[in-house]
Amino acid sequence: MNKTINQKAWFFVIPVFVLVAFNAIIPLMTVVNYAFQETFGNNVFMWEGTRWFKQIMLSERFHASLGRQFLFTFIILFIQIPLGIAIALTMPKEGVGVPVCLVLMSMPLLIPWNVVGAMWNIFALPDIGFLGHSLNALGFDYNFTQQIGDAWFTTILMDVWHWTSLVVLLSYAGLQSIQPAYYQAAEIDGASRWAVFTKIELPKMKKVLTIAILLRFMDSFMIYTEPFVLTGGGPGNATAFLSIDLVKMALGQFDLGPAAAMSLIYFFIVLLVCWVFYTLMMRNEGNQ
Amino acid sequence: MSLELKNVEKKIGLDTHIYTTDLKLEKNTINILLGPTLSGKTSLMQIMAGLDKPSMGEIWFNDKNVTGMKVQKRNVSMVYQQFINYPNFTVYENIASPLKITGVSSDETKQRVGKVAELLKLSGMLNKKPNELSGGQQQRTALARALVKDSDLILLDEPLANLDFKLREELREELPRLFENRDCIVVYATTEPSEALLLGGNTATLQEGKVIQYGKTLDVYNKPNSLLSAQVFSDPPMNITKIKKVGDNCSFLDNSVNWKSKINIKDGEYKVGIRPHNITTYKEGNNSLEIKGKVLISELSGSESLIHFTKGDLSWVSLSNGIFQKNVGEEMNLYMNADEFIYFDENERLVTNG
Repeated sequence: MNKTINQKAWFFVIPVFVLVAFNAIIPLMTVVNYAFQETFGNNVFMWEGTRWFKQIMLSERFHASLGRQFLFTFIILFIQIPLGIAIALTMPKEGVGVPVCLVLMSMPLLIPWNVVGAMWNIFALPDIGFLGHSLNALGFDYNFTQQIGDAWFTTILMDVWHWTSLVVLLSYAGLQSIQPAYYQAAEIDGASRWAVFTKIELPKMKKVLTIAILLRFMDSFMIYTEPFVLTGGGPGNATAFLSIDLVKMALGQFDLGPAAAMSLIYFFIVLLVCWVFYTLMMRNEGNQ
Repeated sequence: MSLELKNVEKKIGLDTHIYTTDLKLEKNTINILLGPTLSGKTSLMQIMAGLDKPSMGEIWFNDKNVTGMKVQKRNVSMVYQQFINYPNFTVYENIASPLKITGVSSDETKQRVGKVAELLKLSGMLNKKPNELSGGQQQRTALARALVKDSDLILLDEPLANLDFKLREELREELPRLFENRDCIVVYATTEPSEALLLGGNTATLQEGKVIQYGKTLDVYNKPNSLLSAQVFSDPPMNITKIKKVGDNCSFLDNSVNWKSKINIKDGEYKVGIRPHNITTYKEGNNSLEIKGKVLISELSGSESLIHFTKGDLSWVSLSNGIFQKNVGEEMNLYMNADEFIYFDENERLVTNG
């Protein structure tokens, strides 16, 4: 059959192209634009090449906030993933307990992020907050607005409270999809509970856990609202994670060039880590 | 060696999953549980294995009461409809897994796994993971896991149901050979009468949690104790009609079909079961009844032709050798082999099988 060549078909692509341009490409290109130029307003731009990128990559401030960011993300993943799996394992598999548990588990996920920050701020206030007051009454010298350790502790506790449910729900879904025959086969083999967990449940949850870790990595790596409301990045810069630092630079100091360069570096770090992680997890995976 | 269920009953809440059952399975036999979905095959197997406890009654193995004994201590193995293997283990590790826990030496493990793998044609793929295998190979691995230890009881719960037609045929033919020369009791659940006939041994027909009949497979097939048992053991479904017998004269369909019969039963009304392969497009046997039917559907199955037709108010199924197509609505002659009729009384109990 002879194909007729008709370039008018390209017109069909235009709506999608316009849509994607508006929601992704144009905003991103604006940032790219700023990242390579210097401006003093009045729409006057000067070409700066890779200067801002070099500046950011060599800046101690960026290294510090990136370090804090990785530490924070690492700690919350280290707590939330095992805790989420553990909670999912203890949840009932059938009966009236199931909807009750699921609703209770989803509650923290339904609360707006700035409300979570405000809630925990008030909850943790050393003088009037329930948590802060109780800790002090128990003899701990707790003040998250002044002590670095306490600020970190509170931020991590808040994030664990807010997001562990997501890991629980995903793990639970993974566990529910394991056919009962697997457990019976293990029982016949006389496998221990631990063996059932490591040889059946974990491998069967692999895909869903990969998604959970990816989502938690991305969200925690880009965390902004909750620590901004809770600690404002303080005391000092102790909890100024990447996004908080970025906003300070862009809107506080109005250093648009470096901030734009930092945004792009930030974006590529997230992309790179996700890609590496996903590729490692999914290699040797068939289409089972 | 024998496995005996004594007055076993299983209730969950108000639902009865297994009605009171007595069953004795002997050493070195293949026992087929034949019944449609939800007839209680799986429940019964789980009770036999010790994966589930009966609500009432006892299970005896080798003249020892094993009711409530944990499955790990019972030396059983089981193969499921789904392909159940440890996802992170290689085929070798999977097959070796039941031996590991019982503490068999590594040399012996190697030798036994090798032997079973050869039997199941898995030798070339011992280093692969289950998800790199085809469905048939995954199920072979699961079968190998069940066969590698010398179980007293091997339970197979519709092991071929999830395989496609070709693989099912292939594995089905190998199955009887796999259980040869094994000192154990094999229990095999299936929904397909043809599988029961192929495997031979003994068959128990099941329906809605009740064991209807248990005996040698061919006996159950040839002499169903009830209409229900005959229906469970018939695919395509059995044709059923009412006949009248007065003296030597038998008739059905308001006297539109009648014949002389020497059959030695009382005069009266009977329900008659006629297997589809006893209605053919050609004469068979000495006592062939000719009827005129109107074709509903005509379909081919392998080298056989199925013709669904109407006669009277009833619809019938016939199964003939050879391949031919009939047009819908066509009138045609069919022949019933009256010697093969199975007679049931008004309570649907067997009277005679001709």
